[in-house]
Amino acid sequence: MTLEEILQVLETTGVDAAPADHPTKGVHVEAWVPTERLREVAQALRDREFLIEDVIGVDAAPEMMVVYHFHRLEGGCRVRLRVRTDRESPRVPTIQDIFPGASWHEREQHDFYGVEFEGHPDLSPLILPEDAGDLRPLRKNEKKLKSLDDIVPPPAHQGEAS
Amino acid sequence: MTDVFPPDLIRLIVSFVIVVAFAFTNAAVLVLVERKICGHIQRRPGPFEVGPHGLLQTAVDGMKLMAKQMLVPRNADASLFRAAPILSFVPPIAALIVVPFARLLQVRDLDIGVLFILSLAAVNVLAILVAGWSSANKYSLFGAIRAVAQNVAYEIPLLLSLLTIVIWVGSFRMSDIVAAQGGFWFAFTPMGFVAFLVYFICGIAETNRAPFDLPEAESELTAGFHTEYAGMGFGLFFLGEYTNMLLVSAIATTLFLGGWNGPAFLTTTGTGFWATVIQTLWFLAKVYGLIVVMIWVRWTYPRVRFDQLLNFCWKILIPISMANLAVTAVWLKL
Amino acid sequence: MIPRPDPTLETLVLNMGPQHPSTHGVLRVVLKLDGEYVLEAHPVIGYGHRMHEKMGEVRNVSGFYANVGRMDYAGALSFGHGHVLAVERMLGIEVPPRAEYIRVITTELNRIASHLLWFGAFLLDLGAFTPILYSFDDREYILDLLEHVTGARLTFSYFRVGGVNRDLDERFIQGTRVFIRRMRSRFEAYHKLVTGNVIFRKRVEGVGIISPDMIRKYGATGPVARGSGIPYDIRRVEPYSVYSELDFDIPTFPEGDCFARYRVRLAEMEQSLRIVEQALDRLPDGSVMAEKVPRKLKLGPGEVYQAVEAARGELGYYLAGDGTDVPYRLKIRPPSYSNLSLLNELASGVLLADLVAIMGSLDLVIPEIDR
Repeated sequence: MTLEEILQVLETTGVDAAPADHPTKGVHVEAWVPTERLREVAQALRDREFLIEDVIGVDAAPEMMVVYHFHRLEGGCRVRLRVRTDRESPRVPTIQDIFPGASWHEREQHDFYGVEFEGHPDLSPLILPEDAGDLRPLRKNEKKLKSLDDIVPPPAHQGEAS
Repeated sequence: MTDVFPPDLIRLIVSFVIVVAFAFTNAAVLVLVERKICGHIQRRPGPFEVGPHGLLQTAVDGMKLMAKQMLVPRNADASLFRAAPILSFVPPIAALIVVPFARLLQVRDLDIGVLFILSLAAVNVLAILVAGWSSANKYSLFGAIRAVAQNVAYEIPLLLSLLTIVIWVGSFRMSDIVAAQGGFWFAFTPMGFVAFLVYFICGIAETNRAPFDLPEAESELTAGFHTEYAGMGFGLFFLGEYTNMLLVSAIATTLFLGGWNGPAFLTTTGTGFWATVIQTLWFLAKVYGLIVVMIWVRWTYPRVRFDQLLNFCWKILIPISMANLAVTAVWLKL
Repeated sequence: MIPRPDPTLETLVLNMGPQHPSTHGVLRVVLKLDGEYVLEAHPVIGYGHRMHEKMGEVRNVSGFYANVGRMDYAGALSFGHGHVLAVERMLGIEVPPRAEYIRVITTELNRIASHLLWFGAFLLDLGAFTPILYSFDDREYILDLLEHVTGARLTFSYFRVGGVNRDLDERFIQGTRVFIRRMRSRFEAYHKLVTGNVIFRKRVEGVGIISPDMIRKYGATGPVARGSGIPYDIRRVEPYSVYSELDFDIPTFPEGDCFARYRVRLAEMEQSLRIVEQALDRLPDGSVMAEKVPRKLKLGPGEVYQAVEAARGELGYYLAGDGTDVPYRLKIRPPSYSNLSLLNELASGVLLADLVAIMGSLDLVIPEIDR
């Protein structure tokens, strides 16, 4: 499967994906995915024998972002999906039923950022102790908090579909 | 004095003291031997710090164990918990009473010698069960359950293989069995060899040593049935294990390897002092030779899995030993 | 959900760990047992979590060098490799070829050391006490070599952005060549002692079979994936450093059981020796540090992802910068984390002893999971 085909597949799910410069970014395809389309895209990648690499929360203003990486088993195609969500009460649909490996990654991001992965059967603390409560250790304070545009430069930003 | 204490009682007490002392010395020596052999198998010198070549290591270890407090877990059944180490230690020592170290060096030559040893050896299972149950620890319980299943299973081929010799000789008496081996040793006859192999495998399993050390499988059950034991509680289990090794090897030597008989022209059947010394040396050489093999096996093989262990017993060892017994019986009748 | 004890059921809930001889660190596995059969196995992690990701967000890149050696204590150099490659990718720094070769040589030696550690520990899990001392004997040679060049034996922080800390010397090169010869002759002994042993074979063959689909859905990588017949190795599928110039095979075995994973790792050690040998032959002259490395490494704005093949599988660094010299977000994807997450599916229905074999064959390093 070539890169173009992957891009086409992502397009059929209604997501605007753009090829990325692998030598400088380490990924081949980047896409901003609207939250309601995330599971659809994940399912499309699952059907095409992709492997889940990780789920990463990034705290930013005004909205925070959750980043997913998928890699094709033969290599040559790493897909990065970005999802934005509200910073006060972040909610993203879970993909742990599609990729069971995402379960632990989602629980970890729930521990560190308080992202609610809707539909996840068990969001109890994985890494933090059971009584950690609302610790959210990786949340940035006001002084350190940056705008999402400062992290993801606008050119890639404009390809967003929403 | 002889009016108050019948000489027989004095003899019993003296010999019991000697047997206990022998069991303790044996354990102390064996621990060091095991650690040294293990060290050399693993290309290291083993204990080396205390005394010349680390010879005093076990003495120091023993002192440490005795100085340690024996903790009883809060939920444990305290009396059973304390009784278990003694249960594991006393029976193998008592069984040594009927072992003929030399023609005259035997405390009691019971006419049911083999049965006496086997019934005492069976108490070992009880000790492990009691230890595992009373510890109120799930790992200990697992160890106990495993020990019971394992020992009950392995006792059957063990008995069958000993029975082969008993019907051959026609006596349970240890001295008769040794005397029957004046010319040839049973381990060097076809049926005797099979019985010896089965017996030795079962003996390793009965003493719970690797590769059959499932009741205390370290990587699975931390320490199995003796997880909660500290100090001399643990020390007595340790002593019991080494005394059991001695006992298993002593039975093997008596029943299969000619007991205190030496090889053809080096043997003596005399009753004098030097004859006794020579006989004892032959006996001990054979016993410790077998123990070294047990140590060698332990440090070479991985542990078998529990279902494999039982399958091996029920599907291979028991049929073999039964067939062997049948062949021997038929051959004796011919 | 972690099972709770229920006295009305015929099951037993057993806590394996956090202190247990075969969890290789402070891992706790909550087991639901029916007799000796495992119904559920829930790993509980986080006992040794040190939050390296947060540390990465409050200190600059050179401040993080000391952290990279402290996540995976068995194969620490790969973690350093991924870190500097991620920063170099973001900043566009060209590394002199000699430095890249040195990185590959030391990382591959470290991979062999890690697999040797695993070899011993795995056999220890199976109840064989002796092999670990044999493999540690060989590992000691590697540690001496690496100590000579990096100054550390375990927690290496040898790689720098733009190159490496110190150049190799003749003593290291000669010593490594001697080691390669020695190590090749040792594999025969390993195979004789362990691979052909009937008890060992019965314990690992057909135990803990991972299907290729499980690999994909859980994101398991490294020898675990290659033991299921998937030739997924970052050194080949997404070549980094100088791996594209070197000739080596990716050993795969299709069975997916513990024995396949065992054979993958043994074969990988031989391949790593090939890599080291070739890299030593081709080692170019020149500097070991790039000329134009800015003193203050301003990251971004932007994100990079850098994957490297660590001893246990794919290690990923996600680095997001906001234009300052302190990363805005540093996420580490440790391989064991994903490899362990499939334990529950893998372990249901096996015997307790098999669970120990399975966990051993996954080659877990807990500080890497609790990063």
